[in-house]
Amino acid sequence: MDWSLISQYGDRFWDGTLITLKLVLLSSVIGLIIALPMALARSSHYRRYRIPAYSYIYFFRGTPLLIQLFILYYGLGQFEFITNSFMWSVLGDAEWCGLIGLTLNTAAYTAEIIRGGIRAIPRGEIEAARAYGMSWWQLQHRIVLPRALRIAWPAYGNEVILLLKGSALVSTIAVWDLMGESRSIFSRTYALEIFLYAAVIYFLLTFILTRLFNQIEKRINRYLVCY
Amino acid sequence: MFEILSYGDLGFGDELLAGTLLTLQLALASLLVGIVLGLITAAAKLSRYRFYRVIAQLYTEVVRGIPEMLVVLVVFFGASALLQTVAGWFDYTDYIEVNAFVAGVFALGLVFGAFSSEVFRGAFLAVPRGQLEAATACGMTPWQVFSRIRLPQMWRFAIPGLGNLWMVLIKDTSLISIIALDELLRWSKVAAETTKQPFTFYIAAALIYLVLTMLSDWGRHYFENRANRGVVSG
Repeated sequence: MDWSLISQYGDRFWDGTLITLKLVLLSSVIGLIIALPMALARSSHYRRYRIPAYSYIYFFRGTPLLIQLFILYYGLGQFEFITNSFMWSVLGDAEWCGLIGLTLNTAAYTAEIIRGGIRAIPRGEIEAARAYGMSWWQLQHRIVLPRALRIAWPAYGNEVILLLKGSALVSTIAVWDLMGESRSIFSRTYALEIFLYAAVIYFLLTFILTRLFNQIEKRINRYLVCY
Repeated sequence: MFEILSYGDLGFGDELLAGTLLTLQLALASLLVGIVLGLITAAAKLSRYRFYRVIAQLYTEVVRGIPEMLVVLVVFFGASALLQTVAGWFDYTDYIEVNAFVAGVFALGLVFGAFSSEVFRGAFLAVPRGQLEAATACGMTPWQVFSRIRLPQMWRFAIPGLGNLWMVLIKDTSLISIIALDELLRWSKVAAETTKQPFTFYIAAALIYLVLTMLSDWGRHYFENRANRGVVSG
């Protein structure tokens, strides 16, 4: 075990960890915001809403995240109308592509999780809300979405853990996240401990995230009476 | 556009097909390793001995807490370092590189084993106790109870979970392109760089993966129905 590696590369591990956290935080929050209306569309009675949401979810859940990132970062450069436009300042940047890729991917998984939550809402609650004369919009944002999110919360926590682990893939499109830094240090030192340190950091992050989600779950479901 | 995707010397169709076949081989071999590992780990978790339970739990927690990509890299580079050390004892000092396929199967198998052990554990516990007691009362030996009653019924509960893990596994095979195995994504990358048409080839690879997951979905329904054929529903 070579401890000098830590003093020498500690800063880069720290920077990488920050990038990883930033990507996971932003993509999970934006992903959730996209997922809420998508879950409603996916559970809609109207085909014109259901089918686009279904196709989106099917594509992003049925293909590897790695390929989705490659399509965004390497693939879009094939088109001149993109490289010549203002969009290129965003799509030509690895970190932006990583963020967009992770967000689009997690939105699909999260939408499916929330749909499960929507289906699990007791019918009586929705009927009661209708009986009070709530409009469609009132019903959705007062009853359906908050309830679905609370029911689906544990599953959503799992998805965020998967997102954290998936975020390591952005290192393949030259983003300097924790994985990217570790791989670069490894290629210079050929010291296997580097991966061990990275594993410990990832492990700690998943541990903290799991705790955090459990705490939030207790809080948001505190009014539920357990018989 | 379609010419470069064609079969033969002009296009990359045959290379993509070869890559797809390797991807499938990789996934199936990892599935086998993963199921064996998962069953052993599940048995350890249900063991009477604390020692086995702790080891099994540790393995599951560690693998579930770190990125799959890291597992792949650690297995690949770790195995070469290990072999190098062992070879050093015999005065062999040339660089040894581990076969990427073997490393990939082992890494993906490790991941699958960790996740499937939980599925198997739950499935074993889901077999009603009364049936096991009835089997014992009929005079079956513990092994007979296990192989005739518990194992065949366990599958019924395990198949939905295993189906999900298989989907994850199929998609995770793309990670093995990082250690330069010539599977589907690696060939797409080569083709993308040669033809300067990355979008075309990555979309093609994505669609091939989509077909694989779609077929897997049907397969899962088939196996679920088959495993439940002896159960009266309703």
